[in-house]
This record gives sequence, structure tokens and C-alpha cells, in this order.
Amino acid sequence: MKRFLALYAGAAYLFLYAPLFVLGVFSFNASKIAAWRGFTCNWYAKVFHDPALLDGTMNSLTIALVATIVSTIIGTLAGYALWKKRLPWLTNSLYLSLLTPEIVTGISLLAFFEWAFHFLHVQLGMHTVILAHISFSLAYVVIVILARLRTLDPALEEAALDLGANEWEVFRRITVPLLLPGIIAAALLCFTVSFDDYVITSLVAGVNSETLPMIIYAMARKGVSPEVNALSVMITMGLGVFILVAGRLEQRA
Amino acid sequence: MFLRYIVVYEVDKVLELRALTKHYPNHHALKGISFSLTQGEFFSLVGPSGCGKTTTLRLIGGFEEPTSGEITLAGRPVAGLPPYRREVSTVFQNYALFPHLTVAQNVAFGLERRNGVTRSTIRNRVEQALALVQLSGKEARKPNQISGGERQRVALARSLVVEPKVLLLDEPLSALDPKLRKQMRQELKSLQRRVGIAFLFITHDQEEALSLSDRIAVMNQGSIEQIGKPRELYQEPTSRFVAEFLGEVNWVNGAGIRPEAIRVSKENPANGARSVAGVVESSTFLGNVTHLAARLPNGANCTAQLPLNGCTFELGEPVHLWWDASDELRVSA
Repeated sequence: MKRFLALYAGAAYLFLYAPLFVLGVFSFNASKIAAWRGFTCNWYAKVFHDPALLDGTMNSLTIALVATIVSTIIGTLAGYALWKKRLPWLTNSLYLSLLTPEIVTGISLLAFFEWAFHFLHVQLGMHTVILAHISFSLAYVVIVILARLRTLDPALEEAALDLGANEWEVFRRITVPLLLPGIIAAALLCFTVSFDDYVITSLVAGVNSETLPMIIYAMARKGVSPEVNALSVMITMGLGVFILVAGRLEQRA
Repeated sequence: MFLRYIVVYEVDKVLELRALTKHYPNHHALKGISFSLTQGEFFSLVGPSGCGKTTTLRLIGGFEEPTSGEITLAGRPVAGLPPYRREVSTVFQNYALFPHLTVAQNVAFGLERRNGVTRSTIRNRVEQALALVQLSGKEARKPNQISGGERQRVALARSLVVEPKVLLLDEPLSALDPKLRKQMRQELKSLQRRVGIAFLFITHDQEEALSLSDRIAVMNQGSIEQIGKPRELYQEPTSRFVAEFLGEVNWVNGAGIRPEAIRVSKENPANGARSVAGVVESSTFLGNVTHLAARLPNGANCTAQLPLNGCTFELGEPVHLWWDASDELRVSA
């Protein structure tokens, strides 16, 4: 039985990571076609000399960073309010936002922006992408924060009030430190969801706001390029390091 | 620090509750309760769970507002004041220590919230408070690195260091194991004498209340049944509920008799004492005493508590149970 379980776990991991492994191997392949022709690091070097890819990476990082910061702050406060006021209807409606197909969210955001532009005289661009990302990642943040809040003993806040801390001091000195692992987890999730979003982004993006997923998608349509493989490996490694560091921080908290 | 805490109030009632009620949509938690605490008093609120004692504590602490009635603290009404403006502090049932702060930081928390308290003052007072509860040397530990008894002492130090007018204790001993509970009971009593702060202690354990309190209020279904000194309540309960809540009672012909007031003999004593005949049904050896249960002619059971060598009766043996008329509890209902 034990051996079977180990085998089963191994198969599951293989299923998860074999494609990534293949991707990694071919990012070092000297040939453009899917047959091994010797080792090279050229594709990695090429990524750093491709202005379109570099621009896209910068755009994606900027969007993900701003969207993560804004929606983590708003989402944490919203989650706290929902927990305090016990509003089951508003809490459950969050799941609607999660379950809405991305294409519907994208179209609705586009329609909303087009309507708003009648009054505001602006155009689609980075700002609309950032607003869209904040909008769809908020629900993730609130749900993660609510899960963490449910493990929090309400007597802790009462004890702090009792000892002379006002509501703001209680939130800053007791609630936020205790929520920190949840806040970090929410921010990570937000960053990842924002960084790799394609469907919604492609609908609300304007000129000069092409993100990395949009560029990769465009490149991949012309055939798999080892350059894209190299870039994907770097993204995966980057996010991996990111998650390891966050895990360490969470353990210390 | 605490020994210097001598303040003379215009009124010596440090806390007073007048006709306090609390109604919830489907439930009247408090139906008009009144009592007061004097400076330095150890006052217990006892009653079965759901009798309204925790609600009372939450109203005093400011976590909920009463439906009607008034609470005054050192002569001033506290209605509408948030918890952080009330000069009471609470030791919560599960202590509610801040898990991310060290023992010293937990104790310092209340002092740091005050204006004009210097760092060195805080350090000194935290040190004194931890010495008071014998926790010196554990300053840098986190709450999950100390024992249950130590956690309780941290909670006490944290609440006492802010020098409240009244310390509210919500079943603080119930989370401890029985042996530790008895030990902490002694410590709590001696601590209260040393600091001279009025304690309002909540418990459902009558032994705890009887052994610790200067006065006790017995609560039942949102009302106070009786207030008095422990001995008064035990020996002169005014209601059947109080008599039964504070100890065992036998009801014989409408009079209540505590098991320890009952004597047992083979012959009728004929000394003018009240007596009743019965048949020994069981005897339970408890170490220092033996509990003897006898069945009375009317079918009721009567329990006597006999000294170590006082029980020489066989099961099924006919006996006489007798007591002094002065030991009878006269209750109204």
C-alpha cells in the first residue's frame, strides 16, 4: 500500500511537472525545431535583446505590482468589514465574481470603460488594465483574508480594547500582525493571477499596454520559439523563488 | 506600585449596577439586576451557564450596552463609553493573550496605550507586575511557549498593570486542570489582598465562589436570587435554588438539611432533635468522610455525611436520622 501511494504521488508530480521539464530542456536546445541539436544559452541571451519582450515584461510587472498593492489593501479592509459586520449576502456574492467566466468579466469591463469614456475623455491603456486587474483580483484577496479571519479569536480584539487601545490601534497592533500570513498569501495569489491574465487583459488593453502573456501568445501563434521557452523558464524560476521567500516570511510571522 | 494604589472615593462603592436589563430579540438575558462592590472587595457572581453572568460582565466592560439601567464606576456613569475609556479590565476565560507578542509585550500593551508614560516607567512597571505573579525571567517567551498556569498569570499581570478600578474575571480558572486550579485559587486570593483592587469574579463552581469571596451574588435566569457572605448564603439561603446551587440539601417534610448536619444512629435519640426513620441503601467511602444514603418511608432519599469512623451500618439496616432544628434551612420557595 505504501509503495503504491508513493508511486501514485510520483505519477501526480510527473503529470504536473513533466511539461515544465520538457520546456526547460528545449530552452537550452540549439535548434529551433523540437529535436535535440546540442546545448546553448543563446535563447536566454536573445530574450534580453528583444525590445518587445522587455517592454511586455516591464508592463506586466508594473501592472501586477500596482494591482497587487491596491487590491491587497482594499481587499483586506473589505474582508475585515465583512467579518466584523457578518454580512452573509455580501460574502457569498464574492464567489459570483470568482465564478464569472473571464470572457464575461472582460466584456463587461470593456463595456463599462467605453461607457465611462463618454464622460472622462480617456482611452484604453495601462490604467484600464490596472483597474481591470484590481477588479478581478479583489475577490481572491477577500476570500483568503476571510479564511484567515475565521481562525482569529474575537476575544483578542476585545482584550486589546479592554486594555485601552482604540479601534484603530487594535487593528494596527493586533489584527494586522495576526493577519499578516493571510495578507502575504493574498498578495502572492493576486500577483500571480494578474501576471498571467490574458483574456481580460487583451480586451481592455490599449496601445503601448501589451503585457507579456499577450506578446507570448502572439509569438506562439507563429510557432513555438525557444526564446519563449527560455522566457517561460525564467518566469517560473522567478515565481518559485518568490514563493519560497514568502513561505519563509510566513513561518517567521 | 499596587500598594500605593490607595484612592478614597466620595462613595465607597467602586462599582454599582442599578436595575440593569439586557434584552435580545428572542431572549431576556438580564431582568433587572442591582449590586455594588466596595473598594478592595472580592465579589463573585455565580450561577449555572446561561444565567446572565457573562452578559453582566460584558455590559460592565463596555462590549455591549444595557437595554435599561445604569452602571457607575467610582461614582461616574459609564453609559456610552467604549471599552477603552472604562477603568475596568478583564481577565478572559481563555486569557486572550496576544500570540504574536512576548510575555513582556503583552503586559506592556495597556501601558503603551496611555499618553505620557515613559519607556523606563513602562519597563519598571512590567517588571514589577511580572514579579508580582512570579513570572520574572519569562519576559521574552511567547504565549505558546509557557504553561497554562503561567498564561493565566500573564493575563492577570496584563490586566492589573493598568491599575483598573475593578478587575473583571470571567471563569479564569476553568481552563486549568483540577490540581492547578486549587493552587491558583490560593494565589488569586492572596494576589487580590496584596493589590487591594476590587475583583468581580465569575464562576459556575460554587466551591470556588465560597472559598474566594467576601460576598457572592447567586444568579438564576437573568435575576439575582440572593447576595450575601459565603457563610450566610450556605447556612441561610432564602430560596431553594440558592440552597441547592451552593451544596447538597436533603428535603425532609419541607425543611432543608445539609448532609453534614445529619447524624445517624441505630436507636431513636429521643433528645428532642428532629428525626426520621430510614433504611440504609448505600454507603460511599470518600477518604476523609463517608456518604450514607438512606431510604425514607415516603420513598425519598436522604444523604448524611459521616466522619471517617462514624459509619458502622450495614446495607438494609434500619436507622434513625436526626438533626438539630437550628440546622434546618428555611427557604421561601
